[in-house]
Amino acid sequence: MSSTPLAAVVVQSLFAVEVPYWGQSLLRVLGGIVAVLLPAGTIVYVFLFKMMSFMQSRLGPMEAGPYGSLQLVAEVGKWLQKEDITPERADARIFKMAPVVVLVSTFLLVAVVPFGPDAWFTDFEAGIFYALAVSSLSVLGILMAGWASANKYSLLGGLRAAGQLIAYELPMVLAVIGVIIQAETMNLQQIVVAQNAGSIFGFDGLGNPFIITQLVGFVVFMIAVQAELTQAPFDMPIAESELVSGYMTEYSGFRFLIFFIGEFATAGVFSLIASVLFLGGWGVPFAWFGWTDVDSVANWVNIAGPIIMITKMMLVAFVIMWVRFSYPRFREDQLQKFAWKVLIPVSLGNIALTSIFKVVM
Amino acid sequence: MARVPGLVKGLGVTLGTLFETVTKGANTVQYPHEKEAPPTRARGVIALHEGNCTSCMLCARSCPDWCIYIEGHKELAPPRREGGKPRQVNKLDRFDIDYALCMYCGICVEVCPFDALFWSPEYEYSEPRIADLLHDKAKLGEWMETVPEAPELEAGADKKKK
Repeated sequence: MSSTPLAAVVVQSLFAVEVPYWGQSLLRVLGGIVAVLLPAGTIVYVFLFKMMSFMQSRLGPMEAGPYGSLQLVAEVGKWLQKEDITPERADARIFKMAPVVVLVSTFLLVAVVPFGPDAWFTDFEAGIFYALAVSSLSVLGILMAGWASANKYSLLGGLRAAGQLIAYELPMVLAVIGVIIQAETMNLQQIVVAQNAGSIFGFDGLGNPFIITQLVGFVVFMIAVQAELTQAPFDMPIAESELVSGYMTEYSGFRFLIFFIGEFATAGVFSLIASVLFLGGWGVPFAWFGWTDVDSVANWVNIAGPIIMITKMMLVAFVIMWVRFSYPRFREDQLQKFAWKVLIPVSLGNIALTSIFKVVM
Repeated sequence: MARVPGLVKGLGVTLGTLFETVTKGANTVQYPHEKEAPPTRARGVIALHEGNCTSCMLCARSCPDWCIYIEGHKELAPPRREGGKPRQVNKLDRFDIDYALCMYCGICVEVCPFDALFWSPEYEYSEPRIADLLHDKAKLGEWMETVPEAPELEAGADKKKK
């Protein structure tokens, strides 16, 4: 199979034409934008606006569009027309670049997520390694924002964010290693195949989604994701009541909007990655249709795959947001202690156990 | 019953509220479309019964914000009894309350010896221009319509002397 992005697959199958290379590139970029912005908008409306309101026994936005469904459009319009303020003593160039760096790391992240047997942006051998490396790029953007704002709250927030993101990067990487050992590959596509072609003690009706065998890894990964996204209870860096939103204090209008999109787009992409790693990704258990490997998978999965992925993403994002709306904030020292003294030892133990089972069985 | 960890219980509370809101509706009302009636003794706006006012200035002097402006002049009124001296009465020229300053403490209502000021639960009188929050004598008089009936006196209480 040639490296074809999802949109190109659709175009090719609908119109029966071969899409030229430049067209494929264009479709890839478009697909990437859709894959980042669509989940972000959906998460913001469904979870941030509506679910949070319901959990607090109120209705949330109801005026813009039916049931407030156009609220996000209104918000974006509001942000776009606001003044773009740079503080007088700020390091203007760095200040303006910072939100872009954060958003770019999200776009780079979605590049390795597979949406179907042929529907992917890049089929990268070291996919998960790349994803984890690129996801930590956002720390740079946040530090830049915190430092360049020339504001004590921003600096404190930026430093807290850096400390937190680096601390929780480790358990995240270590939790993923268990999956890599079990799937014997770092390629996200192959990880999906390994889960759906697998079996549990000979029973292959469910495939072998790694959430079952790697439950510990999944829990550690989700906690680390929560912290990486600086969602409550890990929102010490943007603690609005004490740090006035931390590194975002000085941002207004368009640049604040980029930070905002970045936050929820990253939540969406991490949910996608979590569903690829632990929930079986785009696939249905191969045994249902008698498939054996990725080449024998029927073509319709290219269309069904993204839908399955989005469903799983919504499930994972629901859990992330549910936890966010339920728990109060960690104190800074509790937060660090939890990462270094609980999560990292647990995930190391998980790796040891996984490798023992892998060798023995 | 086995002890449920607090973390799980917390998740249960939010999920329970979610289902309650979806099935039974929210605790809030959609304000401009539906309104909750404020309690009858709510402090919404102060109404002026002009006929009772003697422009004694007690309210203006007791106001912590100095938001009541009173001007008046003395007039001669016909005597009560045949052959008497003409009476001197205070005529109210101006009675303004600046609701941009008012902090709704209600001291003026308490202090008025002639029952000229009343609380009304009406609250929808915001203005785009701050100067419009200065309610004059006529407007304060209009609020009288919204003042609820005074509650019944307790049994055995002294009847007010007329």
